[in-house]
Amino acid sequence: MPKVTIDGQTIEVPEGTSILNAARLIGGEIVPPAMCYYTKLETSGGYCRTCMVKVVKGSEKDPRPMPKLVASCRQPVMDGMEVQNITSPEVVEARAGVVEFLLMNHPLDCPICDQAGECNLQDLGFEHGKEGTRYEFGRREFEKKDIGDKIQLHMTRCILCYRCVKVADQLCPSRVHGVMNRGDVSEISTYIEKAIDSEMSGNMIDVCPVGALTDKTFRFKSRVWFTKPVEAHRNCTKCSGNVRLWFKGEDVLRVTGRKDQWGEVKEFICNECRYDKKSVSDWVIEQPTHVDRHSVISQNHYENLKQIKLDVKKLKK
Amino acid sequence: MGRQLLINDLDKEGIATLAGYKANGGYAALEKALKMKPEEVVSEVQKSGLRGRGGAGFPTGMKWSFIAKPPGVPRYLVCNADESEPGTFKDRYLMQRKPHILIEGMIISSFALGANTSYIYIRGEMMYQFHILEKAIQEAYDAGYLGKNILGTGYDLDLYVHCGAGAYICGEETGLIESLEGKRGNPRIKPPFPAVKGVWQCPTVVNNVETLAAVVPIINMTGDEYAKIGIGKSTGTKLISASGHINKPGVYEIELGVPVEEFIYSDVYCGGIKNGKKMKAVVAGGSSVPILPTELILKTAKGEPRLMSYESLNDGGFISGTMLGSGGFIVMDEDTSVVKNLWNFTRFYHHESCGQCSPCREGTGWMEKILHKFLDGHATVKDIDLLWDIQSKIDSRTICPLGEAAAWPVASTIRHFRSEFEEYINKGEGFKDVKHYFRVNNLQPA
Repeated sequence: MPKVTIDGQTIEVPEGTSILNAARLIGGEIVPPAMCYYTKLETSGGYCRTCMVKVVKGSEKDPRPMPKLVASCRQPVMDGMEVQNITSPEVVEARAGVVEFLLMNHPLDCPICDQAGECNLQDLGFEHGKEGTRYEFGRREFEKKDIGDKIQLHMTRCILCYRCVKVADQLCPSRVHGVMNRGDVSEISTYIEKAIDSEMSGNMIDVCPVGALTDKTFRFKSRVWFTKPVEAHRNCTKCSGNVRLWFKGEDVLRVTGRKDQWGEVKEFICNECRYDKKSVSDWVIEQPTHVDRHSVISQNHYENLKQIKLDVKKLKK
Repeated sequence: MGRQLLINDLDKEGIATLAGYKANGGYAALEKALKMKPEEVVSEVQKSGLRGRGGAGFPTGMKWSFIAKPPGVPRYLVCNADESEPGTFKDRYLMQRKPHILIEGMIISSFALGANTSYIYIRGEMMYQFHILEKAIQEAYDAGYLGKNILGTGYDLDLYVHCGAGAYICGEETGLIESLEGKRGNPRIKPPFPAVKGVWQCPTVVNNVETLAAVVPIINMTGDEYAKIGIGKSTGTKLISASGHINKPGVYEIELGVPVEEFIYSDVYCGGIKNGKKMKAVVAGGSSVPILPTELILKTAKGEPRLMSYESLNDGGFISGTMLGSGGFIVMDEDTSVVKNLWNFTRFYHHESCGQCSPCREGTGWMEKILHKFLDGHATVKDIDLLWDIQSKIDSRTICPLGEAAAWPVASTIRHFRSEFEEYINKGEGFKDVKHYFRVNNLQPA
């Protein structure tokens, strides 16, 4: 099995693993961010360029460094490869540049965006971006569009990661969803405004890293950090039925797939689970979702726990 | 004028037809090649030192030897006729005037690679040349040069012309392959390279029109003889599309190694600068290579005369050199504004970016807008540095070379003509180019 060293940490990984996945196995700070790569979707990745790393040693056999920064999500590791991520100033600088490019035409309408709080672009900008932008021209704008009756496409926010195109390609039987035009005016669109009537189309919402594709049944209902996620399941014939419910008080406001720590869903869920089962009685609730403490969603999440701790303290006294 | 191997007999009657081409020695190379073994043809091309004529200058023989040969999997040869680099128009000329040399070259090359199906991917705008090629291919089928059992050797080949929809990005080899397969012409992420997984996920070689045409004289005169033409590792002849402020614009076939000065001022080639003006700058190989000022294009930084060859033009790297590229030789006289020229190039790359990866998608548009600001007279000194910073963040950070192609002209223009940018800043509003302003804003001049 090839051995790879990323920022000084060595790990042995199976043949064909990408640098990004090797870094994820190590974990921690050295994991490059990924906006377009999605483990569950084939041929995804390589577009956003945020995961670029520097390969200072190609392999044990061919120790030459790679001349350009490489997209770590698509570059398989070789035995003896040495990679620099956060230890290379060139990579940090390049990544800040990519963040600037991605935010250049983004409307930054986070205060009214449903994705705010669980948006990959917010996290990316916060962690890897620089303050302010040097872009002083008009941003590109598009009309809002409906993709079917449940999904709203807000193309202005899109960063063209192609994840939803891959979902349409790989999960939906007849593909009517793709990219039109080219360059900075290219847009996600459907074939002559056609609705996507596949059972799995709702997963586009989950894979979208920004607020470009949103769930119409959840739009403007609540900020995500006011809702509390719990893991639940039901017997579903179309999908695994393992989902995450987002509660506000006693109401289920929305249903999504379960996302792992890299923001990728573990199992794709069907539209019936996502849109139609919004009553607590439809589900078997397993446990509260573990929310990372740094996430804004953890706001209020541990409130009850704190209260219990206080109560215990009082009782002890 | 030196030896000409590709466009030497264009004045002969009916050279565009099979009969005329055959009367002038056409298809002799094919007959010769089919008697050889495929490996011998490859080694002949390797000996000739032929380098890719599409821009990158990669040795053709080496490219051919890289092709994967898994048993039971078909191989393909694709001819890249999607010539859309601003300043380059050699392939169109060759296909229009002498289509059979391309077809003959493709049959020989397909035979050498063991391909039984080959494609010519032609640019959408070249409808006229498309029909010429279709006709020529039909003639070749009728004469038994294509189809089953070519010339009784048992070798089968089908040749198709595929018309693109007119996108610059489809000239990138993996973008071309995607487009050929009927998909959106987005370049693929490499590896895997086309030599392993190309058209229909099968091993594929993509070559430029001129490269494949050059295979014909190589077989005719043997690779060793061909290697004697030219200088050093730049062997053979090259078609140069000369344009701009010169007396005799057009397509010239040169022996590689002709001095640049001779090429510009000699009467057999460009014939000097128009109206007796001075030369200001030259873009030596199509819009994507770095632009050079007069003193650096005529002489290298070391003071040696610069020659029309891959190595000599590249002398000095990107600091003081450029590239032979695809041979789009654009000459600009002293009255030309390089900033305006740069805006025009950048506008082109902005328009042609496929929109797949973020630096190129967003960066090209940003650069265009900043350059537009210069022309409008609103720019400040900060904008020059910003432009430099943007290009450095696009350069070599993209999936395909379009990012580099967009970044290099910007970098080189700032490097060599920074004072002109400053001039635009200092003159401010007064410098505003009225004609340009009206055109961009779709206004009618009063």
